Amino acid sequence: MSDNIAAIQKKMQRKQANTGGDHSVHQITPYEIAALVVLIIIAILFIFPLYWIITGSFKNAQDVIAKVPVWFPLQPTIDNYQRLFARPAVRWLGNTVFLCAMSMALTCVSASMGGYALAKKKFAGRTIVFSIFVCAMALPKQVILIPLLKEMAFLKLHNTLWAVILPTVGWPFGVFLMKQFSETIPESLLEAARIDGAGEARTFVEIVLPIIKPGIGALAIFTFITAWNDYFLQLIMLNDTDVLTISLGIAKLQSELSNDFGLIMAGAALGSIPIIIIFLLFQKFFTRGITMGAVKG
Amino acid sequence: MQKTAVQPRQSVAMMQSRRRENIAGYLFMAPSLLFFLGFVVFPMVMCLVYSFTDYTMTSFSFSGFANYQRMFQDAIFGKALWNTIILVLISVPVTCFFSLWAASIISKLHDRTTSFFRCVFYLPVVTGSVAVTVISRNMNWLGDASTALGCIITILLTTSVGQPIVLYVSALNNVDQSLVEAASVDGATNLQTFWRIKWPQIMPTTLYILVITTINSFQCFALIQLLTSGGPNHATETIMYYIYYNAFKLQSYGYGSAMGIILALIIAAFSALQFKVAQTDNG
Repeated sequence: MSDNIAAIQKKMQRKQANTGGDHSVHQITPYEIAALVVLIIIAILFIFPLYWIITGSFKNAQDVIAKVPVWFPLQPTIDNYQRLFARPAVRWLGNTVFLCAMSMALTCVSASMGGYALAKKKFAGRTIVFSIFVCAMALPKQVILIPLLKEMAFLKLHNTLWAVILPTVGWPFGVFLMKQFSETIPESLLEAARIDGAGEARTFVEIVLPIIKPGIGALAIFTFITAWNDYFLQLIMLNDTDVLTISLGIAKLQSELSNDFGLIMAGAALGSIPIIIIFLLFQKFFTRGITMGAVKG
Repeated sequence: MQKTAVQPRQSVAMMQSRRRENIAGYLFMAPSLLFFLGFVVFPMVMCLVYSFTDYTMTSFSFSGFANYQRMFQDAIFGKALWNTIILVLISVPVTCFFSLWAASIISKLHDRTTSFFRCVFYLPVVTGSVAVTVISRNMNWLGDASTALGCIITILLTTSVGQPIVLYVSALNNVDQSLVEAASVDGATNLQTFWRIKWPQIMPTTLYILVITTINSFQCFALIQLLTSGGPNHATETIMYYIYYNAFKLQSYGYGSAMGIILALIIAAFSALQFKVAQTDNG
């Protein structure tokens, strides 16, 4: 017991010493206080839309369109959600989750294999393949949508979720990111596996995958969020009410029932809360992924 | 004698291992290459092909450079190009400057607070354009031709600072602290330390942010489509929206593809320019 306390005290002292070390040189200036205040105000502006959507979705019909803004629903109602679920909103949400999960799974599998090959396999034409991947990343994604639409129509995939999933998986960012992570695999480990007589597949599963796991986590969450929000691609490929995503669903409600604000707010809440929760849960992976992808190799 | 006997064997072994490496490499590449070639490279090539045709619902024949000539005479395309360039010229510097400023403040805070701010600024990226537009679509300023583009730029800014802030925070944390301390021992002011020590070290990050923000701003589409449809009176027409309008509303696939090619070339030129400037800055 007393040992524990001593340890905790020691830890705290160390922590204090650490932070003291970081900040001892640094005095807080008036500029920094002012800047922090400004930043907090901007942060509130950034959170406000979300607050407005969530509270708005529980407001009754008068409050939601009131000229004098009603800051909080004093008589909360779930009316808006009842009207939302009378439409195929659950279906839209299900479509979106399927689309994102499928894009995520396929991207992770193909990109981790491809990234590993680009980083560690000295196959002929490797540099050319990699250059094409990098160049393609700099091109505007949306420019290819016209031929892509024709291609999907030809493959009879137009108006199916696969028309959105396949191009998402093909996008080169994942391979690029996984190459960055695979560079960190020590050559000696691969060498040891080779000497032990491990085959390519076994080396990949038992040596490579555990090392690049954080990278796969980053790519997974990144792909999921990107796919969730890729409005343009969804807009072009999906038309039927049955295959709409939640983003398209909300946009459809906005254009068809532009006066029913409560319903639109409920739709927007349904479209943003799940993805925010996912983002917050996997935030750590996400930050690392963004940073790794930026370090140009 | 021994040498000549060993060498061929060695080279056979080397060739075998190289062949093995090739086969393994391409097998590992196969899934991603398949998706990449099938759904990115192939459409890109087809886009170039379409741009030389008069492809519409009813016709498909080669028309040479007709689409490109038409673009030069198309006043709305000119307007869209102009708007897009204004949008890029405002949003790129503002995004970069604001995210660097914000990151320089929040990177000094405690870990928890830093990650809180990072999350908040990333929020609009996570929730996407649709959620943002839900609350801003009834702003009167969007209906006024003189203020509409300004509104769009402001909303675009909120959705584009998230990623740069994350990048800058980690870049600033990675700046060599011993140099910073040495500078402050030598009596450098905060501003001097920033420009002389930190700025050169975060240059690669700045360059990356410039490039991605430029690409994203050039492709500004969802906000326009959801909020103004290019109106009022083409005041918020951007190239990306005009491409969408021509290709998917008017079914002028050929003309839309040609504009897409031009947009890709402009973006490539901007990125190359930024690389060039950054390089001369460093050297």
